Amino acid sequence: MNAPNPAFAPTRRAVLAIAAGVAGELALSFRLSGNTAMAQSAEASSFRPNSVVRIDRDGTVTLVVPYAEMGQGSLMSVAMLVAEELEIEPSAVKTEHAIGDNVLYASPLLGEQITGGSLSLRGAWKPMRQAGAAARMMLVEAAARGWSVPISSCHAEAGHVLHPASGRRVAYGTLVQVASTVPVPQDPPLKTGTLRLIGKTLQRIDSPAKVNGSAIFGIDVRLPGMRYASVMACPVLGGTLRRVDQAPALAICGVRQVVELPNAIAVVADHTGAARKGLAALKPEWSDGANASLDTAGLVATCDAALGTQGLIAETKGEPARAMSAAKTTYEADFRLPMLAHAALEPLCCTAHVRPGSCEIWVGSQAPGRARNEVAQALGLPAEAVQVNNHLIGGGFGRRLQSEWITQAALIARQVDAPVKVTWSREEDMRQGSYRFHNHSRIKVGLDERGMPVSWDHRIVGPAVMAWFLPGYFRNGIDLDVTGGAYGPYALPNLSVDFVRNDPPSGLMVGNWRGVGDTRNGFIVESVIDELAHRAGRDPVDYRRALLEPGSRMLAVLDRAAKESGRDGALPRNSARGVAILSAFGSHIALVAQVDMNEQGRIRVPRMTCVVDCGRAVNPGIVRQQIEGGIIFGLSAALYGKITVRNGQVEQSNFHDYPVVRMNEAPAIEVVVMDSLEEPGGVGEPGTAVVAPAVLNAIRSITGKRLLALPLDPAMVQTS
Amino acid sequence: MLIQVNGSKREADVDPDTPLLWVLRDVFGLTGTKFGCGVAMCGACTVHVGGQPRRACVTPVGDIGEQPILTIEALDGSVTGQALQKAWLAVDVVQCGYCQSGQLMQAAALLEAKPNPDDADIDAAMSGNICRCGTYGRIRTAIKQAAADLPLPARAP
Repeated sequence: MNAPNPAFAPTRRAVLAIAAGVAGELALSFRLSGNTAMAQSAEASSFRPNSVVRIDRDGTVTLVVPYAEMGQGSLMSVAMLVAEELEIEPSAVKTEHAIGDNVLYASPLLGEQITGGSLSLRGAWKPMRQAGAAARMMLVEAAARGWSVPISSCHAEAGHVLHPASGRRVAYGTLVQVASTVPVPQDPPLKTGTLRLIGKTLQRIDSPAKVNGSAIFGIDVRLPGMRYASVMACPVLGGTLRRVDQAPALAICGVRQVVELPNAIAVVADHTGAARKGLAALKPEWSDGANASLDTAGLVATCDAALGTQGLIAETKGEPARAMSAAKTTYEADFRLPMLAHAALEPLCCTAHVRPGSCEIWVGSQAPGRARNEVAQALGLPAEAVQVNNHLIGGGFGRRLQSEWITQAALIARQVDAPVKVTWSREEDMRQGSYRFHNHSRIKVGLDERGMPVSWDHRIVGPAVMAWFLPGYFRNGIDLDVTGGAYGPYALPNLSVDFVRNDPPSGLMVGNWRGVGDTRNGFIVESVIDELAHRAGRDPVDYRRALLEPGSRMLAVLDRAAKESGRDGALPRNSARGVAILSAFGSHIALVAQVDMNEQGRIRVPRMTCVVDCGRAVNPGIVRQQIEGGIIFGLSAALYGKITVRNGQVEQSNFHDYPVVRMNEAPAIEVVVMDSLEEPGGVGEPGTAVVAPAVLNAIRSITGKRLLALPLDPAMVQTS
Repeated sequence: MLIQVNGSKREADVDPDTPLLWVLRDVFGLTGTKFGCGVAMCGACTVHVGGQPRRACVTPVGDIGEQPILTIEALDGSVTGQALQKAWLAVDVVQCGYCQSGQLMQAAALLEAKPNPDDADIDAAMSGNICRCGTYGRIRTAIKQAAADLPLPARAP
């Protein structure tokens, strides 16, 4: 998922139209051509306008943003793209979250209304600018008509159309009625040359409401007469509810109702405090089901066994077998990555109101169109009868691509005669995740007499999430996400990548986690390459340099990172810098991590230097935020991230046993965003993928010991 | 029971062991204070009770008595709060923003206790507040900027 969905061949050209049926305003809608499946279904039901850009008579410009805002800056970035072409300021733009609708609001790169894969800005880049450009052209033409002057003698500036020859000037708002009768330009040209907004670090438009408590996240929705629920599913993954005595909960002040679902129990109350107290008072009896004896040791053993079996060939190049047998020496290693939770700070929460024949949902979702369809199916309603209102998200990281918790809220609400807000506890959020599953890899590299790789053999053992999540990324039994980036950005003459599918048992839900396939493979590839450099007696940067295409963007990024991080500057004993690089999501990134180790073998990471070439940075400030954030997220996983299962239950429950990096452990991070005029690349995920290898590579330099598993095992560091 | 929140008295008909967090959010509609962990491990629910930073998720509403409560919705009522909000915007700290109410309330308590915090003070005061977007570096910068911007009388200990 680090590249556009291969099932689609998007042209990324927007087909623009006037949104019908809205009086007294200019409302432009578009759909994206090239997405065959979506275009056909849209045509079948006639073109329904999605009103992406709306200009009211008072001049208010409203954008309906199809991408979820979960911190990655989609609202600001999309506003900047439209504002650039429409000749207004981003701060003058009002943004709304699009409702869930996979036809109207499909991502042009994923084929569905999904925010993920670091693809939002990449998908929005041209269509959103075209929408702004088309609106501007229509407003200019409307003004020119009114003044009876040639269109070419007018231009737009700061929310007005100007006719310099006569000094006349008219605000957009007064033009919208005429503009809405102007034919919509198709494939409107975009501005060239110096851009006014794109490329500038401008303050995010979503920030002011987030510093005074007025921003409304999904968890903050309030409706008249609403109830509040707390829910608990069977702690054994996949188990079911056998029976429960409801009386202890009903005795709690404020509790209204206990709702039983096949696999969960919910307490509905006047406020969440009473609901939580009521739930805690219950002693449900569960049927544990098939996973009653499931444990991490067994899951790991299954992965290890799979390492010994030949998988489906995902990719080959050259003559890997011949080159391997001719190699002077070989390097072999097995890598093991643990299960991970997303642990976003906003626990899962969904408000649902089920009425006869319809359902309305208020939520923060990364896939609201999918949520709508799944809720409709669960309730036996047509999709048109379900409305999903999307909201700000307090951290997604892939967890909110799933909708099972939204469906759960709808099923609870079906038994409640009011809108009900279902808030998961932190413990529920931790124990009922859609985890990043166990991932193991077996690496065998054939080396020549200089220690350079002549053959690269990478066996990938992991789940095929894409087989059900986005089948466009699943071909001939191969999950293209989990096998992506299996040999990094390196020009290797002979290679073989095979995939052994290892899905979790039913009831243990797995899914996408920030950085997707590249977080797993980036760790492995960059650990191996670094180890090979040490074994060849070469500097890790120089070794990588020799394996990168001369003149490539990746090489330029690595060189810049080596320079910026001051690699040549001396570090104290028991300190070292580790490097890791990645080309993915349309971006190129290099991270240098400094690691200090004390006498007891405890490590800290005081400093990171990161260089990124993400093509044209629409807002370099947001790019830096995303890289910094991705690094902290990756550092939490590298140091601590580990979900374990015992007797079918997830053992972790809160931030004491699933720790994350805090202020006192956060490194100083310097991010350099390279100047580039290339197409924008994604930045939400690459930062996460390079952290673990950079840190472990630094530890290798200090201790001489190569760590092959995550998270970092302090005992392994100390005994080295 | 009667509670004094952001300068006005409000009535809540709840059990006294109800955490303040749910009274603020669900009863009073002050949703700026966030739920993160329920066990005082993440700081998202930080408010001021009697001028001190407290985790609302583990503070029984019956224990508050006459102590005034300040939430993020009224942070701009003090010079310290205004300086912090201004710095937060100038540094563009915020990403998803979910933890930031708690971060700001914790930072306000820090500046009121220590008008010129150094890095160690910031680590000590702020490490109970988790940010999964990783805005820690920007928070540190913004706290220092706010401290520098505060007028001298407000900076007196």
